[in-house]
Amino acid sequence: MDWLTTVDHKKIGILYFLAGGFFFLAGGIEAILIRIQLMYPDLHIFVGGTFNQLLTMHGTTMIFLAAMPLLFGFMNAIVPLQIGARDVAFPFVNSLGFWLFFFGGLLLNLSWFMGGAPDAGWTAYAPLSSDTYSGRGVDFYVVGLQIAGIGTLIGGINFLVTIINMRAPGMTFMRMPLFTWTAFITSALILFAFPAITVGLVELMFDRLFNGNFFEVGQGGNVVLWQHLFWIFGHPEVYILILPAFGIISEVVSTFSKKVLFGYSSMVFATMVIGFLGFMVWAHHMFATGLGPVANSIFGVATMAIAVPTGVKIFNWLFTMWGGHIRFTVANLWALGFIPTFVMGGVTGVMLAVPTADFQYTDSYFVVAHFHYVIVGGLIFGIFSGLYYWWPKITGRLLSEGVGKVHFWFFFIGFHLTFFPQHFLGLIGMPRRVFTYLPDQGLDTMNFISSIGAFLMGIGTIAFMYNMIITGMKKKDAVNDPWDARTLEWAIPSPAPEYNFKQTPLVRGLDALWKEKMAGNKEMTPAEPLGPIHMPSGSILPFFMSLGLFIAGFGFMYGKHTFEVEFFNTLFNNYIIAGFGLAITLVCMLLRSVYDDHGWHIEVEELEEKGVKA
Amino acid sequence: MANAHHAAGALPAEPEKATLEGKNKLLGFWLFLGGEMVLFGTLFATYLTLRHGTAGGVSAEHLFKLETVGWSTFILLTSSLTSVFAMIAMHRHQLKALLGWLAVTVLLGLSFLGLEIYEFVEYVHEGHTFSANAFATSFYTLVGFHGAHVAFGVLWITLLILQGLKKGLTVVTAPKFYVASLYWHFIDVVWVFIFTVVYLMGKVG
Repeated sequence: MDWLTTVDHKKIGILYFLAGGFFFLAGGIEAILIRIQLMYPDLHIFVGGTFNQLLTMHGTTMIFLAAMPLLFGFMNAIVPLQIGARDVAFPFVNSLGFWLFFFGGLLLNLSWFMGGAPDAGWTAYAPLSSDTYSGRGVDFYVVGLQIAGIGTLIGGINFLVTIINMRAPGMTFMRMPLFTWTAFITSALILFAFPAITVGLVELMFDRLFNGNFFEVGQGGNVVLWQHLFWIFGHPEVYILILPAFGIISEVVSTFSKKVLFGYSSMVFATMVIGFLGFMVWAHHMFATGLGPVANSIFGVATMAIAVPTGVKIFNWLFTMWGGHIRFTVANLWALGFIPTFVMGGVTGVMLAVPTADFQYTDSYFVVAHFHYVIVGGLIFGIFSGLYYWWPKITGRLLSEGVGKVHFWFFFIGFHLTFFPQHFLGLIGMPRRVFTYLPDQGLDTMNFISSIGAFLMGIGTIAFMYNMIITGMKKKDAVNDPWDARTLEWAIPSPAPEYNFKQTPLVRGLDALWKEKMAGNKEMTPAEPLGPIHMPSGSILPFFMSLGLFIAGFGFMYGKHTFEVEFFNTLFNNYIIAGFGLAITLVCMLLRSVYDDHGWHIEVEELEEKGVKA
Repeated sequence: MANAHHAAGALPAEPEKATLEGKNKLLGFWLFLGGEMVLFGTLFATYLTLRHGTAGGVSAEHLFKLETVGWSTFILLTSSLTSVFAMIAMHRHQLKALLGWLAVTVLLGLSFLGLEIYEFVEYVHEGHTFSANAFATSFYTLVGFHGAHVAFGVLWITLLILQGLKKGLTVVTAPKFYVASLYWHFIDVVWVFIFTVVYLMGKVG
């Protein structure tokens, strides 16, 4: 019950990890099924529609329901600790953000059991995604992503305000750890990118459920409009995903090289430039749509420009390691694996940015290889690195390094086996999203290798789950600072106590904790006397608000459905269920507004008692 | 914050910014409005793309009647002014004047909604239904989203007036009044764009 009502950012972080991890497994299983179907030519295991559902759900789940929440898990678990705050700016909104995401994801995945999953690709291009050409599943896509998207949006606002207003004394912007910086820029991107997909999804929903004409060409609609709306969101989205991974890598590389991050201010600036340019390049996903040579050239050049700040980052990481005392812990292995892998993804990205060449690559496996190199080789490696690095701070236990190395090597080798051949499969003409291929066209061997690689990644993931289980059965024995690290979160006990900092710390420079260690201090200098700490009360309202939208979603989706039971027809066809769901949400909002939360206090005696225990 | 409960006696000059919670709420709401700006920007972009997509149906210059819309505009802009008066009253710590001006704002908002519903009903009678063509769909979505924002604002500010009657003006309630007035200004600004982009540009073709 505590988990349903919690407003503690550390617990919400764990909830994000659990839900994101679950969806990551679901998406991973979908990927393995796809690779089983493509293992040999002419297989007929998952044919046509089923294959379309698998690939659509694999993409949608991995991007929206696995990668996003895992990053939000890190932002929740780490950012307040890194800036010396006791909580986020809006603990209630934080909890609401999680539950909206969770119910949105749940709704989307229930489609498997309710007449078929979405089958129009994760990009859901109109008119393929209209009700003329695709099944009921796309309704789940528009409604589920809508609900999850609102959760992400308010989460983004929450972190912007937290980072602007809640920093500890002395924690100036240019002393913030790089992970916090990337979380900050990512939140800004979320704020300006997610409303665009919200509108796009609303329009698709109106077309499908209420006979709108946004994408009905016969009624004056325009199908290219969807592509623009989707990618105006969709391109910033890939930077929303990768920037926090850059932040994690920066922390890990610096800690395990025992050096201050090389070129800190250029790292910050590069992050901002990437965030800015991320909004200027969406049409490079649409070169083949036919926007004309002028538009294609401008967007091509803008895309190549992003390679500059990204290159700055890569070299800064290399120079950080240069001459450092490098420790090859599992967290650092992931970071070291990340750098060359991500560079390869970046290079194919620049290749794809050339419009004339893109006409050849488009919709082939070359594109699939490219974005898996940046998303898996970049983001997922970053996430694993961060998990091994921050696991003790989150749970109080250190993951096993031995099992971790098994995990890393299986996953790393499996990853390259899976996706490296796909570059060449694409170049010799294998189209993406097609469920089979004929034998003896030069595709057989590479597809087989690719599938073997996918299984190796699966074994790696199982090793990670085993690692989590054996670690979970150990005692909580992690010390405050197991890695001899540099930033504020390592100044407090592992796992962090409910109130984070007994006394708000005074920050005296970049790498706040390292600075104190070098000055010979055992801990941070407090910025305030010991006093009672004010805490926000838990609340069940976020759960019910999200549940309300979940119910309303079903109400709208089945508004025109004919049921066998007449009573259901009355309920759904008059939008009574939809209204009921919305009413739950609105009543919860009313309750939240009317009853002020005075919170509660942790008294000084209690703090001192806990201090002794720690 | 701890001083939230006993500060009623000595209310600071800008009570909405007196606590960290208040400051957070203000900043968070400004950012939220930034997101809303993108939301409406996208809806405008959609409308501009599709506004000639009438597929043989009624076109904008034959449909719109500037008289009704002119009145709507006048009413909504005035309501922005009254919400400013409410904020001035709040900064002078005059609870009654604050709630009074908010009530006027709500009434003006309701009149605006009445006119909008009347306008929509007329259009539907002329065959300009939501499903008629892409122009109609994007028109009703854009203007309807704005109307839904007004309706939500009316409900919200009404609730705040009731809260104000019960709880008075404190450092807890002040940020609520303040963000509601920000929201109301935002709705007005959006309407200025709707009046220009949808109605005036619709008339000139």
